[in-house]
Amino acid sequence: MYLGEISGLKVGQATRDAFGDALKELGDKYPQIVTVDGDVGNSTRTEVFAKAYPERGFNVGIAESNMVSVAGGLASTGHIPVVASFAAFLLCNAYDQIRMSIAFPGMNVKLVGTHAGISIGEDGPSQMGIEDVSLACSLPGVAVVVTADAVSTKAATAAMIEHKGPVYLRLGRPNVAEIYSEGDTFEIGKANTVREGDDVTIIANGLMVAGAIDAATKLAEEGISARVIDMHTVKPIDADAIQKAAKETGAIVVAEEHLAHGGLGSAVSMVVSQTTPVPMAYVNVGDCFAESGDPQGLLDKYGLTAAAIVDAVKKVK
Amino acid sequence: MAAQANALSMEELKEKGKVLRRLIIRMTTEAGSGHPSSSLSAVEVVNALWFGGFMKYDPENPTWDARDRFILSKGHAVPVLYAAMAEAGYFSTEDVMSLRKLGSPFEGHPNMKRLPGIEASTGSLGQGLSLGIGQALGARLNKNGSNVFVVIGDGEMGEGQVWEALGAAEKYKLGNLTAIIDQNGYQQTGATSEVLDLGSFEEKIAAFGWHTQTIDGNCQESVVEALEIAAKVTDRPKAIISKTKKGFGILPVLEAAGDTNYHGKPLSPELAEKALALLS
Repeated sequence: MYLGEISGLKVGQATRDAFGDALKELGDKYPQIVTVDGDVGNSTRTEVFAKAYPERGFNVGIAESNMVSVAGGLASTGHIPVVASFAAFLLCNAYDQIRMSIAFPGMNVKLVGTHAGISIGEDGPSQMGIEDVSLACSLPGVAVVVTADAVSTKAATAAMIEHKGPVYLRLGRPNVAEIYSEGDTFEIGKANTVREGDDVTIIANGLMVAGAIDAATKLAEEGISARVIDMHTVKPIDADAIQKAAKETGAIVVAEEHLAHGGLGSAVSMVVSQTTPVPMAYVNVGDCFAESGDPQGLLDKYGLTAAAIVDAVKKVK
Repeated sequence: MAAQANALSMEELKEKGKVLRRLIIRMTTEAGSGHPSSSLSAVEVVNALWFGGFMKYDPENPTWDARDRFILSKGHAVPVLYAAMAEAGYFSTEDVMSLRKLGSPFEGHPNMKRLPGIEASTGSLGQGLSLGIGQALGARLNKNGSNVFVVIGDGEMGEGQVWEALGAAEKYKLGNLTAIIDQNGYQQTGATSEVLDLGSFEEKIAAFGWHTQTIDGNCQESVVEALEIAAKVTDRPKAIISKTKKGFGILPVLEAAGDTNYHGKPLSPELAEKALALLS
């Protein structure tokens, strides 16, 4: 059982794979794109770009701090550096370098954190970026994007390159359900309603969007009409979509593959509490470091399931 | 477009050094805070780069693509950079008297977003050399002949990121990158040899494959000569270990005040007067 299966969604590419393919395609149109890699390009898929454009792909070794600041320097000479590493290492290891070499001077650097969430599986908690969204959101001027599937990741990669200024794009390791079709719109800062509904709204991002669609399918069997919003941009958040959902459906559940604190749940709560207070519930990893195990087993054990979302909906309705 | 900045004669350069020192003291005393002693140790290096003909820049067009880049990784010494830029014509010498005051772009550490001509925002130690690598790689891609100079503090060499950067610069054979270690021997709480003794910078940096020199960094002739030698090396990154004294130029005043480290505090108006008299 995978997230999306209840609703009959087909499994597509992993978001990291879609990113690698998209970046390579963008290389022609944007000669300013360069990649800076901390020796995990074959995992993050920046290697696909670096092989196509060898003079524009830099591997500085296992040295995340240097990697991020080198990208800051490249940006200050007019290039568009894409820096990819595991989300845990990029945000946690090189946080000060992101802060001082990129965010503070507003450098046009694209930070890509792959292998985010507990769904990386067996490699265990040291490799799981589950606080990365919180850290990225705390940096002034950094846009934070979490994509749900391959199609939207391709669009997000292009949008990220078009965007002026620093962006953090969060990607996952496993293959995930296809939610979007080619040609669907994607705009940084503008949420997508992927399923209409009137009784409750489930706001999700990353692979939990597929989980939210499954939950909506199950809820429909019980006569509950759930709206599902893919809040792919956590910052700047689409406050209009949140307020509209709160007004029209009267209750909100937020689902994300992240710690309880500082992620999508916090961002949505800030909007709801200040503008349109309604009952809310949260589905997330909680306040812990998880463990090693197979990806599906981890999602089940830590409550990142359609069933958990259904339970949360019942708490607020 | 400005080409190479006109090189001052050695006599003129030494006179300019005194001008920079006086400005550093005046602006930090006026601010009532700052790092004058850390700025003073680096005067001869900054002076030679900006006025000895080693950097090309254009104050009228600070974003000129082919300009050379100067990064002050030891960002707390920014008064020496503001002084040089004022003398170069980026702004007036009176402008910098707003140092560290609310609303002023002359912040306590370099902020490139607020002051055109500043090439890197620094202040969290250890990042300048990596930024310099990025700029050197970028210049290489841009094929514009731009050179990058990075001034690093000796206490700052305790940051692991510097050693990550030393390896990466060598890997990419960045002949357009010059690092100058301002080895003034002191850091915040005491002598660098006591806080964290890293031994010979020259031996260690040379072991990374860099071209290295060790000089008396408060001797203007030695600094100019070392930069001339470094300019001729184009096949690998270059380091100049510049042995200096914190507070050089006003040491008798600091000694009389009983503190030769004098880290992170301005001279009182009385001490500043004595220091300015010494530099007149």
